[in-house]
Amino acid sequence: MKPFEYLEHTADIKFRAYGQTPEQMLENAAIALFGSMTDLSKVQVKETWKTELKSPDLEQLAYSWLSEIVFLFETESAVFSTFKVNLRQKDGWMLEAEIGGERLDLKRHAFDNEVKAVTLHEFQVKKNDMWCVQVVLDV
Amino acid sequence: MLNKVDDNIYEVPIGYRPGMRVPGRIFVSPQLLEMVEPGTVDQVANVATLSGIVKYSMAMPDAHLGYGFPIGGVAAFREDTGVISPGGVGFDINCGVRLLRSDLESSVVQPLISTLIDNLFEAVPSGLGSTGRLHASDQQLTEAFVSGAKWAVDEGYGAKDDLVHCEENGNMKGADPSQVSIKARKRGRPQLGTIGSGNHFLEIQRVEEIFDEEKAKRFGLFKGQITVMIHCGSRGAGHQICTDHLEVLSRAVHKYCIDIPDKQLACAPIGTPEANNYFGAMVCAANYAWANRHIIAHWTREVFDKYFGNPKLDLVYDVAHNVAKIEEHDVDGQRMKLYVHRKGATRAFGPSRPEVPEVYRDTGQPVLIPGSMGTPSYVLCGTDKALDLTFGSACHGAGRIMSRSKAIKTFAGRDIKASLSREGIVVRANNPKMLAEEAPQVYKPSTEVVDVVHNLGIATKVAKLIPLGVSKG
Repeated sequence: MKPFEYLEHTADIKFRAYGQTPEQMLENAAIALFGSMTDLSKVQVKETWKTELKSPDLEQLAYSWLSEIVFLFETESAVFSTFKVNLRQKDGWMLEAEIGGERLDLKRHAFDNEVKAVTLHEFQVKKNDMWCVQVVLDV
Repeated sequence: MLNKVDDNIYEVPIGYRPGMRVPGRIFVSPQLLEMVEPGTVDQVANVATLSGIVKYSMAMPDAHLGYGFPIGGVAAFREDTGVISPGGVGFDINCGVRLLRSDLESSVVQPLISTLIDNLFEAVPSGLGSTGRLHASDQQLTEAFVSGAKWAVDEGYGAKDDLVHCEENGNMKGADPSQVSIKARKRGRPQLGTIGSGNHFLEIQRVEEIFDEEKAKRFGLFKGQITVMIHCGSRGAGHQICTDHLEVLSRAVHKYCIDIPDKQLACAPIGTPEANNYFGAMVCAANYAWANRHIIAHWTREVFDKYFGNPKLDLVYDVAHNVAKIEEHDVDGQRMKLYVHRKGATRAFGPSRPEVPEVYRDTGQPVLIPGSMGTPSYVLCGTDKALDLTFGSACHGAGRIMSRSKAIKTFAGRDIKASLSREGIVVRANNPKMLAEEAPQVYKPSTEVVDVVHNLGIATKVAKLIPLGVSKG
């Protein structure tokens, strides 16, 4: 199973991320998002960030999760390379995540893109053989 | 599938996709039509399915694939049955362009271009994650959301006279800061007075050609003159405001049983709390963007003052190209209050509109079309014909034809810089790698796009500006 793939889009970045479980799908989507901005192999895990999110359904949760990463990137001025997601289902979906990375250092971290936001354009969570989320990022 | 209606006008007929309430209209030349992706036409058709849309779902000559609305999309909705959608505005709310004119001839400035660009690069923070020199308090941030450029002037940035040369006087009414989340405030607070990254820029230009002497005179432009163009928006504040309200409106489509063909077209009926809250927050972001460009203009003036005494740098105009507005228009002979969404489209009002500032009432408003890096920008003039054809709208740029990923594979940032330098254009950028994705070749030829606008008569050409130096994110 490939963890994710980028698809062609004229103005923005489109990808599909996969997983055997919804957790793995969300982790891979986070890597696809952050990996579209910078080379993750240059990111050292020196700090961790924790986040908790809640949503009525998995699709909205996936949107909130990816948007949260964009928010943390900008407000913490940090780059991330590891994402550990735990999900619970109780009156909707609860997500607890631990994100590993370090503070942004433009001398070491080069950027291909800056993701402004996660769009809902063609946004979709599906389960066939495995879980899949399709995302278009506004860059 | 598309029907030719007239020169440069193609119709997407009702029935192109199910549920269309009005036809689509794409304003392009036959050459530009070939560059319009099928997905863009689908997006025009998708917008045509939204409730309360009047006349046409439109796409300007720079139309290309976006999310929700196409880029270059214009659509207007009736107050009684229509909707408001953040997909018709975009994440970078009030991304826009401001043009400053100097009283300097290019021969005086040209030898100093490198120095000026270096100074501007230092004076105006740009690039990814850039934070401003200005550390706004929570109270100041609220005032920027409510009063926009007026707040900036009160704080000592720019002159009062500038305000009448901004769309909405740089201060759109209807802001509701209570609908701006803590997250949006947290992103917005440190970024007031920053350019950002991507296609945003601060550029020193020379007026290369005048097409309309009389209007150029009214806009204070002459051949060989130095101008400065600022292209940026509402930064993280706007992005977060859109993200937050998109989540709310996605739920609202279920609540109000609205059938939408694309989730990014999430919307709510005009007058509902969800629609009102988004609109109030959107206005906050729009005002933030006007304050942002005002502060940047002030710092630009400081740099020019250092080298040239007081070269004026008066504001020609400041236009928004990602915003929704409440405007009155004639629809089938009836005057109607409409919610006009322009996404990657510039307002291009002619002389008859009260929104046009007094100083431009006899000509129409200046319409500013930024070039991409290294390509010319244009100043046009709004017309009354545009009111009839496009709800008074024109294009906002050239429009991409090559994806960012392909651009990065095709071009190297270093080579782009070198080739621009051979043309005498000085570029300073935080991230040379990102120059590749903004290479001039990834955009449609801006001349072709502007000529279509001119030939349609939705705005007429006044002047062509060429870049001398660019500061980028």
